[in-house]
This record gives sequence, C-alpha cells and structure tokens, in this order.
Amino acid sequence: MTPGEEHTPDPWSDAVLAAALFALDPVGTGGVRLRAPAGPVRERWLDLLREALPPDSPWRRVPLNAPPDRLLGGLDLAATLQAGRPVAERGILRDADGGVVILGMAERIEPSVAALVACVLDSGELALERDGLSRRDPTRFGVVALDEGMVDDERPPAALLDRLAFHVELGGIGPRDTAGVQPSPAAIDSARRRLASVTVSDEILETLCSAAQVLGIGSLRAPLQALHAARASAALAARPGVDAEDAALAARLVLAPRATQIPSESSEEEAPRPDPAQGSDRDSERGDGDAESAEERVLAAVKAALSNGLLEEIRPADRGRAGSARTRGSGARRTSVRRGAPRGARAGDPRSGARLDVVETLRAAAPWQRLRRAPARSAGGGARRLAVRREDFRVVRFADRTETTAIFIVDASGSTALQRLAEAKGAIELLLSDCYVRRDRVALVAFRGRNAEVLLEPTRSLARARRHLAGLPGGGGTPLAAGLDAGLALADGVLRRGGTPLLVLLTDGRANVARDGTGGRERAAQDALASAREVRARGLGTLLVDTAPRPQASARRLAETMGGLYRALPHADAATLREAVRGAVEPNSAALDAV
Amino acid sequence: MPHVFPFSAILGQDEMKLALLIAAIDPGVGGVLVFGDRGTGKSTAVRALAQLLPPMRVVAGCPFHCDPDSEHGRCDECRESPRARSRRMPVPVVDLPLGATEDRVVGALDLERALGEGVKAFEPGLLARANRGFLYVDEVNLLEDHLVDLLLDVAASGENVVEREGLSVRHPARFVLIGSGNPEEGELRPQLLDRFGLAVEVTTPQDLAVRVEVVRQRDTFDRDPAAFATRWKRRDGRLRRRIVAARDRLDAVQVDEDVRERIARLCMALGTDGLRGELVMVRAARAVAAFEGDAAVKDAHLYQVALPALRHRLRRNPLDESGSTTRVERALAEVFGE
Repeated sequence: MTPGEEHTPDPWSDAVLAAALFALDPVGTGGVRLRAPAGPVRERWLDLLREALPPDSPWRRVPLNAPPDRLLGGLDLAATLQAGRPVAERGILRDADGGVVILGMAERIEPSVAALVACVLDSGELALERDGLSRRDPTRFGVVALDEGMVDDERPPAALLDRLAFHVELGGIGPRDTAGVQPSPAAIDSARRRLASVTVSDEILETLCSAAQVLGIGSLRAPLQALHAARASAALAARPGVDAEDAALAARLVLAPRATQIPSESSEEEAPRPDPAQGSDRDSERGDGDAESAEERVLAAVKAALSNGLLEEIRPADRGRAGSARTRGSGARRTSVRRGAPRGARAGDPRSGARLDVVETLRAAAPWQRLRRAPARSAGGGARRLAVRREDFRVVRFADRTETTAIFIVDASGSTALQRLAEAKGAIELLLSDCYVRRDRVALVAFRGRNAEVLLEPTRSLARARRHLAGLPGGGGTPLAAGLDAGLALADGVLRRGGTPLLVLLTDGRANVARDGTGGRERAAQDALASAREVRARGLGTLLVDTAPRPQASARRLAETMGGLYRALPHADAATLREAVRGAVEPNSAALDAV
Repeated sequence: MPHVFPFSAILGQDEMKLALLIAAIDPGVGGVLVFGDRGTGKSTAVRALAQLLPPMRVVAGCPFHCDPDSEHGRCDECRESPRARSRRMPVPVVDLPLGATEDRVVGALDLERALGEGVKAFEPGLLARANRGFLYVDEVNLLEDHLVDLLLDVAASGENVVEREGLSVRHPARFVLIGSGNPEEGELRPQLLDRFGLAVEVTTPQDLAVRVEVVRQRDTFDRDPAAFATRWKRRDGRLRRRIVAARDRLDAVQVDEDVRERIARLCMALGTDGLRGELVMVRAARAVAAFEGDAAVKDAHLYQVALPALRHRLRRNPLDESGSTTRVERALAEVFGE
C-alpha cells in the first residue's frame, strides 16, 4: 500500500481535466461519457469543453435516435426534385468531421444507432450505402455521450461505452462547486501542437496495461485510450515524455470507472512487475522525492478514485468481467417503444399518417417521367420539374413486433418438495430454449423464506438464466404475495418499455408468509389474493402451474383471481409441464406478430 | 484511402486468422463468423485481409467482375457476348454497413438515369460488388432480420435475383460472408449460425506481455499508419505468396479414406445435424494442408479445423453451460485419442 499521499480527487476538477484532455485529442481518446442530469452543471462542463476546442471546430448535437438518414446522410429531396437528379445530403456525422458529436440521452440510444457511430469512430470514414448513393468520406470526431440514466440499469450501449476513454460523473456536484481553475484555451492549443512529439516509455506502457488487467478490464481499447490520455496530460504539462503522474491521472480518469474488480493486495503481488533493475531507471527518470514506481502510483491513484464513492459501481468479477452487467441496459433498450423495423414500402397515401418513403416514391415515379413530361411540355409547363403523381406515393411498412418477456415466478419454499422444484427447473429450462428460438426474453423471480428475490432481470442471455436457475436453493416458508409483487414490478418495467409481459407462476398455492414477512396462513393467503387481483387489474397473460402432489383448491382460486390459466400437474414430468406452459405462451406471442 | 492495419502485424488470435486464411484459400468453405469480446481486433483482421489478398483477373467493364478464365458463374451479358479484354483488380471486400438499405444491398433502379434520361436501368448493389470477393457484416447480430434473410438466401444460391420497380435482373453473387459481432448484444438466430462454414470465438488475451505488445503496436500504427504499413509490407507479401501457392496446390491435396472416416466418426460422436459439418471440415483441412505445403491431409490439420468447423453445428442446447468448444475438444480426444 502506498501512504495516503494521493488525496481524494475533487470530482469537478477531475471532470474539467477530462474535458481538457479530451479537447486536446478528441479522435485519440474517442470521447466522454458524461453521466449527469440535464442542468447548469452539465451545461457548464459542455461550455468549458467548447472553449477548449479549436474555435472553428464543428459541434453537432444528435437528437435521440435520429434516423440513419440524418446521421449518415441520404437523398436531399428538395434539391433532387429541383435538379432532376439525385442530390446527396450530408448527415450529422459527416458534418462533425474534425469536431465533436454530442449524443443526447445516450442511455436510451438504440444499439444499432450506437453501432453506426462506433463504426465511424473505428474506421475513421463514413461509408454511405443508401438511397441509391454510394460513397465514403473520411470522417473523424470525438463523442460526448450525455447519459442521463437514473439507475444503474440505464446506460448507453456497451459498444459505444467501450470506445469512449473518459467516464465523467457530475451527479453529486452542485452549481456552486464548479468554480476553480481550468487550463486556458491557449494552453490547450499549444499542448495540442506538442502532442505528436510526446514520448512514452515501455515502463509506462506496461504499467497502464497491467493496471487495466488488475482492475479486470478485458477490452484492450481501455489501456490504449489511457495511453492517449496520458500523452495528452504530458503535453498539457509541457513534458517531453509521459511520466508516472500522467499515467496515474490517466488511470484515474480512464481505467478506474471501468474497473470490474478491486485490485486486492494479492493480485497486486501477482501482477507481473517489471524486473528489479527498473529501480535504477526510476531514480534516473524522476529524482524528485517519491520513491514509488510508476506502477505503484497508478494503482494508488486508481484505488483513491475507487474509494471515492465508486465502489458501488464495481461488480463481482463474474458479472462484470463478461460485461453482462452492462448488457442488461442494452438488452432492455431494444424493447423501448419502437415503431418496428421498416419492412419495405407499399403504395399508399401518406396523408393517413403513414411515413412517406421518399426514395421509393421517386423510384415509382421515375420510369414515367418522359411520358409525363410530353403533355406538360405541349401545355407550356416547365420541363425540368419532376412529375410525381398520387399513384406514385409509397409509404413505409413497419413490422411492429413487441417482445414477449416471460417472467417465471418460482416457489422455492419447503412445501414445494425438492423433487418438484427440480421438475419445475427442468420445465423452465426446456421453455427457455423455446424462448431462445423465438428470441423472447426471460426473467426469473424466486420466493422462499421471508421474501422474494429477482434472480434475473429480463434478459436474452439464456446461459445466465440457466446458471441462476441451477443455483436456486429450496426450503423455508412460502411468501407468495411477495413473489407475486416482485413479478408484478418486473412486468410493469416490461410494459413501460413497450414489451409484453407474461407471468408464469409455479407454486402449490399454500402461502404461509404474509407480505410483511410475518408467518400465518390466513394473512398470507389474503395478501396473496390481493396481489393476484393486482395482476388481474393489469390484464397480464398469466399461467399458474400447480406443483403440489395433488391439485390444490387454493392454487386454483389464485389462478382464477389472477384471471389466468391453471394447470395442475399431478404426475407431470418436465415435458408435460413444458407443453402446458407453451400452450399459454404461444397464442399470446403469435398475436403480437402483426405486420 | 486510409491505411489499414497489416494482417501479419496482428498478434495472437490464431484461430481467427487461420479461419480467414482458409476462406481466402478456398472460398467454397462458406463464410466465417467471428464472435467475441469487444476490442479484440475482429474488424481489424477482416479489413486487413482485404489488403492481403492478391489481385484477381476480371472481364473489363463487367459490373459483376466476371472471371474471364472460367465459363462458370458468369453474368448473362458476359455469357452471351464474351468480351476479350480483361483487367486486374483487388479482391473486393465489401463492407455492409449497419443502416444500409435493401435497395443498396440488392441493387435497384438507377435513379440518376431514370430521372435524367427516363431510362430504366439497373444499378448494381453491394451484392454485385462483392461477387467473387468477401462481404463483411460487422455486428451481424444487429442487422435487421429481413436483410439477414436476404443475405443468406443469396449466399446459398450464389445468385441475386432482383424483381422490383419493373426491373427483372439476375446476376451472379458468389461471395464469402464474414460476420462479426458480440454475443452480448444479442444472440444470432440458429438458422443463420448454421449457414456459416467456420465459426471462431475470440477472447481478449490474458497474458500481460501480449496485451502490452498489442497496445504498443496499435499506438505505433495510430501515430504513423503509413510508416507502420511499410514496415510490415514484406511479411504481408510473404503471406500473400503462401496463399497463392496454397490455392494452386489445393486440388492436388489428397484426402485419404481413413481421414474421411475419422471426420465422419467425429461428427457422429458430436451428433451434428446434416452433412455440412463433414463437408466443411474436409474442405477446411484441405486448405490448411495446402497452406502448410503438405501433400495430404493429416490429423494435425484436422485438429486445427475441428473447432471452427463444428462448434456452431452441435445440436444446440443454448443453455448448456459446458460450451460447444469443450464438447468438440472432448470428442476430438475420444476419436483421435486411441
């Protein structure tokens, strides 16, 4: 451990520093994820960034889920009609070449839009293949993703986050905390010119890479971005080469926010260190006092940043390393109310509210131009204008498939004998593979003992579903009401995002723990029925699978109260159970396939 | 044209590089799927492949770049009135960007000529450009379903049939489909999975020394792409010559009966559906043998290709924790172990 020499960094000055480093090298660092609510603090930060950028550099705001033709460019309709030949219109991204793109409400952005931006960031050029146009233009910019996510679940798609070096949190900062010094635009400008000549030693490079590894960051983009940030920092300090201080800063700003595990003492020891001979290098490199190696400084900086309230962002290794914690967000976004995927065009009248498909309309009109022009000319009309008639109108067809999310609520109490639990697990597994083929999502709630637990938020990752299911222990009381409530909360979330929830409840219906966690069969049953009425009020598709050895009246009554299907499984094996569940799911999801 | 990171400078990721080379040597192997973590150089490798491939001879002026030396798979026009002149062009590696519209993919009415001259002419799309080359779809799992269906259909038939806006066109579209993506963003439909000849899984390197070297190289490249490309030019050239030599040798590589039998036993042990697994494995092993200069397919070659050729063809229990990679490895040990 290092002595507490690394003071806890002030979040605002870190944010300002990140803005300066990003402005120095927008393309190299990729961008900033700015997690902050809309407000004066965020505006202040954006103003600072804007000042730090070269005065004439483009600054383009992209509204949430701008259609691809606005992002990439497409056919300019007015000019096309005027000219009588296709005229391309530049998209927002192309306009931003050499500057900064601001993505509004990035936490709600569709993964496909994020992938578009990511592709341009990666290749440094904009490939346009649409509306009969085909071109590629060099396009380089940095991205500021405005992330207004309130809960951890709401975050920009991982594909985008991976490409942005800085993750800045302005959450706890009030407008009064935003005073302080920042590098002047002139200083940044001269640093920008120094940037290309800044050198990086092998030791620094290794330090950043090993720091990323110790922190459990898999992507190799992270250390690369940290390297760019460190170089920018050295340029800002007018140093000829990157030193330990720059590396520590880069680690704090770039690596720490992505950490998926805490650098424990042991892993620090295990981390391959540069050979002992490095001791002499260190002395020759920086003689001023501290006898720490770059590596120690970097880790100390990261730890200081981590202890500074970021610890709750750290996931246990198994969730974070695979990035699955991040996935939840992108998976969920996909279901946000959408119009569906365009599925071609059909003849129709756009005035009925349908979206006009401009290119298809032009295509439909094009073959007739010569014929239509002839009478117009003889009548003395203008010859160059495009004659589009009503029968040419084409409107976009959407396939609007809302996703089904099957929420399994599993009774894991002692009364559900262990064997039945195993059967229930088997049935769910089989059903999960059906969901996989249909690309539905699943969620898992289990209740036992005193309360219910959401084992799995809605997800498409069925491997995770299985893992959670396999690890589900049994035994304890039956808090049926709590289970239903938890399932209901999930269902509400699915509804809010425009999906269709489906509740599958596996229980024997014999509740004995009330909502407040106290025992007592009577109150427990009352509470369960109350929750069931809530389910009915939502009008959700519901199936209750009675797992008791003999059909239970209480379970049947519960199913009736919920307005759902009831299946008793006296001697059911997993396969029969599966058929029953499928019967409940299938008509429901088939109805959703409306085109 | 921006400089591309050279293929031979890519560190590690041997399975991915091998799969891409196999597809370059024998396009008939049927497409490569690269799935894996973020920041592992998936796109880099595919784009580098484009630089690596030797130029091919095409009929001059043919929009589908037909092969002047072969009758097979020519477009209608080249078949009816063979043109004498030919030219060389780099093997096309066509990027299918997300957000591409269907008309650009299959081709459509030429708007310019239709509006300007009132002529009904066909403007070839990306599929035409990719003929005899590669079609690369990054984030293939995010591509809209109707486009994926269309790609599969064309890739399987080798022909693009366009019926729209009063146009009726068919032209050859034989290409190697290369898809890459991250399974976290959404899984690929099983139907699509099976159509790829080879499937590769990439993970981030865990060895610190390798990681340092990757970052260092990338940084060097970013700072001066031109100089970096020049430094690796000779190695890329050597690799290119090996590919050319392997293509020439390909037909002569022997596949003995007992090798075929072992492949069949391996596929039976794994319970793969259909015969595609066997066919792909034979082709891929032959390509590897040709690449390594061997006259016949040996067990070592089978070992190299078994995973990419079979791991995505197992009757999938998507929930099986033990992963298809392990299952293939286990079966390999059983069949070849004795």
